Amino acid sequence: MSPGLNPERGILRTFTNGWSIDHASIPVLDPDAFAQAILGGVEAGQRVVALFGARPTEGAGLADATALYVVLADDEANLLAAARTEITGKSFASLTPRCPQVHLFEREIAEQFGLTPEGHPWLKPVRYEPLIASRGTGPTRKDAWGRAAGEPIAPGCGGFYRLEGEEVHEVAVGPVHAGIIEPGHFRFQCQGEIVHHLEIALGYQHRGVEQAMLGGPSSRSIHYAETLAGDTTIAHATCHCQVLESLSRCQKTARAQTLRGIALELERLANHVGDLGALAGDVGFLPTASFCGRIRGDVLNMTATLCGSRFGRGMIRPGGVGFDVDVARSAELLRQLDDLDRDAHSAVNLLWSTPSVMARFEGTGPLSRQAALDLGIVGPAARASGLARDIRQDQPCGMFRFAHIPSSIVDSGDVFARAYIRWLEFHQSLRFVREQLRAIPAGAHQVPVGRLAPDNFVVALNEGWRGEVCHVAITDEVGRFRRYKVVDASFRNWSGLAFALRGQQISDFPLCNKSFNLSYCGFDL
Amino acid sequence: MLKIMQARLQQGHRTMRYPDGPAPALPDRFRGLPVIDVGKCADGCTACAQACPTGAITCAPGGPRMDLGRCLFCAQCAGVCPEGAIAYSGEYRLAAGSRADLVIEQDQPAVRLAAALEPRLLKLFGRSLKLRQVSAGGCNACEADVNVLGTVGWDLGRFGIQFVAAPRHADGLLITGPVTQNMRLALDKTYAAVPEPKIVIACGACAISGGPYINHAQALGGAGTVLPVDLYIPGCPPHPLTILDGLLRLLGRIDGPGAGKG
Repeated sequence: MSPGLNPERGILRTFTNGWSIDHASIPVLDPDAFAQAILGGVEAGQRVVALFGARPTEGAGLADATALYVVLADDEANLLAAARTEITGKSFASLTPRCPQVHLFEREIAEQFGLTPEGHPWLKPVRYEPLIASRGTGPTRKDAWGRAAGEPIAPGCGGFYRLEGEEVHEVAVGPVHAGIIEPGHFRFQCQGEIVHHLEIALGYQHRGVEQAMLGGPSSRSIHYAETLAGDTTIAHATCHCQVLESLSRCQKTARAQTLRGIALELERLANHVGDLGALAGDVGFLPTASFCGRIRGDVLNMTATLCGSRFGRGMIRPGGVGFDVDVARSAELLRQLDDLDRDAHSAVNLLWSTPSVMARFEGTGPLSRQAALDLGIVGPAARASGLARDIRQDQPCGMFRFAHIPSSIVDSGDVFARAYIRWLEFHQSLRFVREQLRAIPAGAHQVPVGRLAPDNFVVALNEGWRGEVCHVAITDEVGRFRRYKVVDASFRNWSGLAFALRGQQISDFPLCNKSFNLSYCGFDL
Repeated sequence: MLKIMQARLQQGHRTMRYPDGPAPALPDRFRGLPVIDVGKCADGCTACAQACPTGAITCAPGGPRMDLGRCLFCAQCAGVCPEGAIAYSGEYRLAAGSRADLVIEQDQPAVRLAAALEPRLLKLFGRSLKLRQVSAGGCNACEADVNVLGTVGWDLGRFGIQFVAAPRHADGLLITGPVTQNMRLALDKTYAAVPEPKIVIACGACAISGGPYINHAQALGGAGTVLPVDLYIPGCPPHPLTILDGLLRLLGRIDGPGAGKG
């Protein structure tokens, strides 16, 4: 079917993943109708992929308004839908009480554009950054928390949700942690050993990538994409390149798409096997921890065999891939995959047959299917809670339109489920990479990308190893980025970790945390 | 238990012999030290400098000068050079003791590799160096490949180098990321908590110069903007071998371009 206005889907503009549309074709709704469109869509089983602010287009509306955009995913129909509205006051009605999955998007709009979502139950900054754009730029302009421009913003400061009563105590951890990991602040409300509430304050890694993308693409854009989350280089760079290719009507070859698919699944293999080792380490089971730490390095080296970089830097490039793979290189990778298959099986299967490991995994940090649904959880964490969500199936693009990877589902929602789902996905990805390496289509590995279409809107989604990675771009009248929105899987899933920890022992935090293994920099942008 | 022993036998002994033996093989597409053939440069050509996303290259009369502290090793410069004058070699040894030593040009085609710590510090840290890692922006790839040094293949502990949980137990900091505004205070406090004498290692393009985030208002231009740095390890991210080589040079375990002293 042709993407376009579909009366059965109401007033929203429908389109597909990676398909750019005329910006003017996105309906401008009044704020109430906009809210109803979101609530109605979610009630009908759709989910909010992105909800974000932008400066209004010149002359399109009131000059001092802020535009809000929503992108909904109808996974049943493999379609996306978009709408926009314009907010002229200093606030809008929060949808969070009725639609919890937008809670962080609304906080982000408040932080970036100074609009207050009225009725938001927990309106705090997201990244502790100043306004990125606002009506009026004078020094009198205040943000959603009443701070004037230039006033220092202390990260992680401000009220935390507090539990009060006998035997209640608060534990504060971070931003600098004990291991070699990124910074974040965790505030636990405990009664004895039991955590009743965990609040996570991030933003320490905020380096302004969305803003730096404005006016682009520039020579740095692909590097911004590659470093949004370093362990998700392939997924983010693929999204960025799909944005460019869609906006320039560039037809990449089947060969390029196959090589991208191989790189994406190698990224998943490396991280999944690394996570299984790290989970073993967190329950003190050193054999698997030691073996998998090394095996993860072997998979990173396969990505380096592809492109010279263990993290896939330089592999994904606009118009295709930066490096071709000939028969000899395929054969070498297939040989390395055989080693991986053997080593990973001997290392990981120990987990499931060791009672002391299973005792720690099972029942720990459960996230119910309903909570995952309400919070808009994505990726393996969603699939471990029984939600069949996978961009490769639901909104397929690139290689995944032709080669399907069966989705793996586990439904217990606990640490075991989040561990086992990785092992199931490991098998699927391994099979996929082997199949693709044996049958790489002929063609150029890269084709030129032309000028970007002006006044267009595009959404690119990929299933990164943590889950859905989303890039949205809006171009201006000469085809430069007027808005570039990034939503990493971690933006959705940190809330899942906080929720999973409720009622758990605080000593299980490291294990629960590792079972999600979320990105700080991908959240902080 | 039997299954564990069986797996242990299957996995085998994996710790590399380096630096007593050969360094692990790097992939053929690995991008290490750039080699510039200045003789090929056309007069007035600035294609490489213009293509560089981080301004690592400046074109002078004597040919291009390249600041490896800014370099992302993306090889964009090599791709656009009409004369094919730039190529990325497999040379992984890149760590230097000063910012200036990371600049390569016609007269200085390789990095002036880091020297060992001064004798007093070497006596203190040479056989036991405890580091606190601070991630201050960046993308977590540097952290990932620092972590790799702790796996059985690299076994950093055999050199007496260990990453510790508390700055008060540390002899120095290994910093990644450009130092975001939001991490500046935490970094200052962590540094202050490390007892004297202490060293600072800047790992990766971000921590050396700001990397892809050079000139962003949200980030400073690397660790050197706020702290004195003793070792710079270039790369985006640096290969684990580049990091290990830098650490071992700092501790006097390796010197010269050749193999290590063990």
